[in-house]
Amino acid sequence: MEITVTVNGRTRTRDVEPRLLLVHLLRDELRLTGTHWGCDTSNCGACAVWLDGVPVKSCTVLAVMADGHEIRTVEGLEGPHGLDQIQISFVQCHGLQCGFCTPGMLMTARWLLDRVPDPTDEQIREAISGQTCRCTGYENIVRAIRHAAAAERDAAERGAR
Amino acid sequence: MQLPAHFEYQRARSVEHALALLSRHGPEARLIAGGHSLIPMMKLRLAQPELLIDINEVPELGGIEITEDEIRIGALVRHTQLLDCAEVGRSAPMLHDAERVIADPLVRNRGTVGGSVCQADPSEDLSGAFSALRAVADIAGPAGERTVPMRGFFHGPYQTAVGPDELLLRLRVPLPAPGLRTGSAYRKVSRRAGDWAVGAAGAAVTLAPDGTVAEVGIGLTALGAREFVATEAEDLLRGQRPTPEAIDAAGRAAAQHCEPVADQRGPVEYKRHLAGELTRRVLRDALARAGGR
Amino acid sequence: MTLVDPRRDPAAAAPVPNGFGPMLRKEDGRFVRGRGRFVDDIDLPGMLHGAVLRSPYAHARIVSIDTGGALAHPKVRAVITGADLERRGMAWLPTLSHDVAAVLATDKVRYQGQEIAFVVAEDRYSARDALALIDVEYEPLAPVVDARRALDPDAPLVRDEVPGRADNHVFDWEAGDAAATDAAFAAAEHVSTCDLLYPRVHPAPLETCGIVAALDPVTDRLVVHCTTQAPHAHRTLYATLTGIPEHRIRIVAPDIGGGFGNKVALYPGYLCAVYAATITGAPVKWTEDRSENLMSTSFARDYHMHGEIAATKDGRITGLRVRVLADHGAFNGTSQPSKFPAGFFHIFTGSYAIQAAHCRVTGVYTNKAPGGVAYACSFRITEASYLVERMVDVLAFDLGLDPAQVRRKNLLRPEQFPYRCATGWVYDSGDYPRALEQALEMAEYAELRAEQAQRRAEYERTGEGALLGIGLSTFTEAVGAGPKKQMDIGGLGMADAAELSVHPDGTAELRLSCMSQGQGHETTFAQIIAHELGISPYAVNVVQGDTDRTPFGLGTYGSRSTPVSGAAAATAARRVRERAKLVAAAMLEISPADLEWEAGRWQVRGDPAAGASLAEIARAAHGSLELPDDLEGQLSGRCVYNPPNLTFPFGAYVCVVEVDPGTGQVRVRRFVAVDDCGVRINPTVVEGQIHGGLADGIGMALMEVLAFDTDGNHLGASFMDYLLPTALECPSWELGQTVTPSPHHPLGAKGIGESATVGAPAAVVNAVLDAIGVRHADMPLTPAQVWSAMRGRPLRTDLAVR
Repeated sequence: MEITVTVNGRTRTRDVEPRLLLVHLLRDELRLTGTHWGCDTSNCGACAVWLDGVPVKSCTVLAVMADGHEIRTVEGLEGPHGLDQIQISFVQCHGLQCGFCTPGMLMTARWLLDRVPDPTDEQIREAISGQTCRCTGYENIVRAIRHAAAAERDAAERGAR
Repeated sequence: MQLPAHFEYQRARSVEHALALLSRHGPEARLIAGGHSLIPMMKLRLAQPELLIDINEVPELGGIEITEDEIRIGALVRHTQLLDCAEVGRSAPMLHDAERVIADPLVRNRGTVGGSVCQADPSEDLSGAFSALRAVADIAGPAGERTVPMRGFFHGPYQTAVGPDELLLRLRVPLPAPGLRTGSAYRKVSRRAGDWAVGAAGAAVTLAPDGTVAEVGIGLTALGAREFVATEAEDLLRGQRPTPEAIDAAGRAAAQHCEPVADQRGPVEYKRHLAGELTRRVLRDALARAGGR
Repeated sequence: MTLVDPRRDPAAAAPVPNGFGPMLRKEDGRFVRGRGRFVDDIDLPGMLHGAVLRSPYAHARIVSIDTGGALAHPKVRAVITGADLERRGMAWLPTLSHDVAAVLATDKVRYQGQEIAFVVAEDRYSARDALALIDVEYEPLAPVVDARRALDPDAPLVRDEVPGRADNHVFDWEAGDAAATDAAFAAAEHVSTCDLLYPRVHPAPLETCGIVAALDPVTDRLVVHCTTQAPHAHRTLYATLTGIPEHRIRIVAPDIGGGFGNKVALYPGYLCAVYAATITGAPVKWTEDRSENLMSTSFARDYHMHGEIAATKDGRITGLRVRVLADHGAFNGTSQPSKFPAGFFHIFTGSYAIQAAHCRVTGVYTNKAPGGVAYACSFRITEASYLVERMVDVLAFDLGLDPAQVRRKNLLRPEQFPYRCATGWVYDSGDYPRALEQALEMAEYAELRAEQAQRRAEYERTGEGALLGIGLSTFTEAVGAGPKKQMDIGGLGMADAAELSVHPDGTAELRLSCMSQGQGHETTFAQIIAHELGISPYAVNVVQGDTDRTPFGLGTYGSRSTPVSGAAAATAARRVRERAKLVAAAMLEISPADLEWEAGRWQVRGDPAAGASLAEIARAAHGSLELPDDLEGQLSGRCVYNPPNLTFPFGAYVCVVEVDPGTGQVRVRRFVAVDDCGVRINPTVVEGQIHGGLADGIGMALMEVLAFDTDGNHLGASFMDYLLPTALECPSWELGQTVTPSPHHPLGAKGIGESATVGAPAAVVNAVLDAIGVRHADMPLTPAQVWSAMRGRPLRTDLAVR
């Protein structure tokens, strides 16, 4: 069936089987391979993308269910003026190693900071608790999210002055 | 990657439309909302529906409404929505306790309250919680609406009162009469954050003005309790003063009357112990919240 | 130089040392943009997709396979069975451990999840669909599930295809002096014994294994994009297995989403994809799903150990003896140095001065997947370290001594290095007491013990509250295999190579035989060259993971990259520097002996203003300058590094846990890790490696296990059942360091990739058991296991819970 999805602000129309998973629409049909998958069972969160502004596990969403809706992926984080602060902070805090969980972590972290600009470590850990990282022991991911929060608060204060 | 088999897909625009689709396509049609139970089963090909009826855009199924005497939770309310609703946290803190330990934030963003209870997984936290709270389910079908109490909703593992041509509209949680002291709490033991429960318990206590227990609901999850409740323990407490001894006795009754099964989460002996231990703890928590201790 | 925009390249905009020191990673820019290129991201024109049909049985004879239904599927292009491979002599492949393993089962299936057929279709959904259209008739057989029953006289035979084989015995192997050890035990004042299981676990990198195989019809070359930690070794193996000569094979490992040993071996799915590419003429992609990954690829551990420790009454260890039953699964397919059937397990005396030690290891076949050496184990040093760290705690428990005191009494002293241990390893360098004291100080050990006593008293008085446990682990690692005379993989000596070319403008390209799976080679190796040549790491392009562009070498596993390839890179750079000296001498018309190296330039001794920078030298070396006859033009150097010995990193860990005695739940409150890996090239990257390993330690100690029921069903075949730690189970790691350089490594560096995975599990287990006052219980210490252990009835964690 034909579906139309807005992905990173761009309208994309495709004819798909109803059973096509959203993660495969993004990766195979739209060639947005920044969204990964790691487990099939909605445990690992490597496939996290935003659906209507909220991160979900795209291995457990049908592409047809996204018809008429908005998707944001890691490829949609960078703006005309450069990387999103959360991307910068992941680099600055060594928040990634193999880079496989990173896109999903970034999408959840961005969502958290939009909701909670000054999260505690506990809130950060809770927010990413549905996403597995095998490399970092989470330490520097937590640091990176805290770092981004601080940088954005600083920027907001400078902007307010 | 694991993938579902072929199926047809239709999006329902209203409850009426969803019911019409269900009637037209018979038992091979399944409703889908959050999909976090159904899609994994379809990937494993344990479920192979011929038609999926997407109810995500049925407006009547959404929303949380709190009236003087009940909380109405639409079947399509996402777990995150329930958790974000501060008033629910105040009126029925057990629901927030339970929601906080269900899966993980991303799953909670998508998964629905109605989907969770209709899946009737023996390890579903909300089943224990709503049963403890004596919620009722409003169900729509070809013959109109009917109401089924949660204690009566679960017909066995993965089986509920919702017929193949019906759909769950909402759950309603009764609130105690104003002025009565009340409290509720839920606790879960799991091997890891986001894992299904090894065992979990929820308790809702309403105290009479004289300090005795006017009403109590005790829910048990993943512990092989009939309909997710520990009725014998409730009966022991009702009308009694909630002394440590009475709470211990309730815990013993809960442990005695559940029928857990062994799996990789633990042996029967341990799970039975948890039924007692967690029952005691949630009763104490609920009483503390009721200001009864 | 153009200004770097920190919003576009934050790593390059940050301070960059011309050498060692903290530095942000050069590779991160592509990953945070979602522009990493992993195997499953590759899409070639006309590419087909493979899917594997797997056995539902642990042990069954295959009566018949009917592929007709699948072949009739309109999108299916081929269905391959064992019979097809047999005709090409490819149905069985030699393993790296002197055995063979089935590629696609022909006679019978020997574990649940074993490969039976390979479907090739036009898209991945159709390939999956067609699996259900293959009809296999099985005759189920009784399986061997419990390794402890594998050698029973009536045990079913796993490998009955081998003529004359009458049992499930794989090998016996021993190390150490049995007689001397027996004598030490006979004379001992005290002996403690303990049975310990290091259960079967899985490395479970977040990216599963996969391949895209393509035959180039023009060049007639096989091009394989694959998740491999060892591209060159894989090329040799493919050549052996397919008969295609090595020069017509190109292996490309693009970005790899974690390896941990899972991506060393060559799996049946890879060979099927290669075979499918040859018969269809199209590129074939195969990406395993998570269940396939957990059920069929390299598991780790599965060591059933009986430990005995002899000591004086005051806790001085006089002997250590261990008997191991090793479950190798259905095929002996461990990826390890071929002369070491138990890997490096015989370093089991760990960090202690133990005069007499002996181990005996017996490998057995069972109806489980093959593998055995993976998951950051340094070739079974995880098992060895767990054994000795647990036995030391058991000894302390039995003698009523403080585990820290027992360690202090027995740790090797700095003056004993280099130290030859009872089983023959020569430890290069170490200062163990310093690391232990630092860790205890960071943890505030005495205060913790006081709090523990107070909490226990409170619990005993009220029956309420959490118990506190403190666990120590003072481990020794051994990483950086070879030397190649003793250590080879499949006959390939364990050396690695580096080639360094300086371009005419003074920037450089470094080509490596090792392959990052997240370790940050593009940064760390650039820093090594920067350190040696005095240029910016950003002036060095690091090339890896492509056999057409890199020199031969054995790859990245067993924490080998820094000890072996790092040494190769440093040596190659020094050779370049020496050649640059000769070029500079020609440029300056001066004797090389009068030149000295200073911050990236050769200058005249006593006249620092006279000299030439590396860039000037490079330009001259590529230019028209007349060079001495014995000096080639251009500026390059290479090195094949054959390590003289392993490097021996070590550490002292303190884990602090709280246990809820009413439920058995464990919370890790703190984890202090003091690591010594010699000189740290990039301390930030080193700490990241340690963080990851510590999380592994929590995972293995508390939740990870592959158990099997009596029918041989795999009970951990998805991430719903094979649990990995999340951010909520991990504390904020507290790291400390000491630096004891390796005396034989050119940079003084030791490997660090696996130290924490080796050292951490024992610390966590020791802490939990310390909290509940139990002598021993096996991992994983789930709530049920802790509660059962407190009641004196710990569970057998490798079997189904009953």
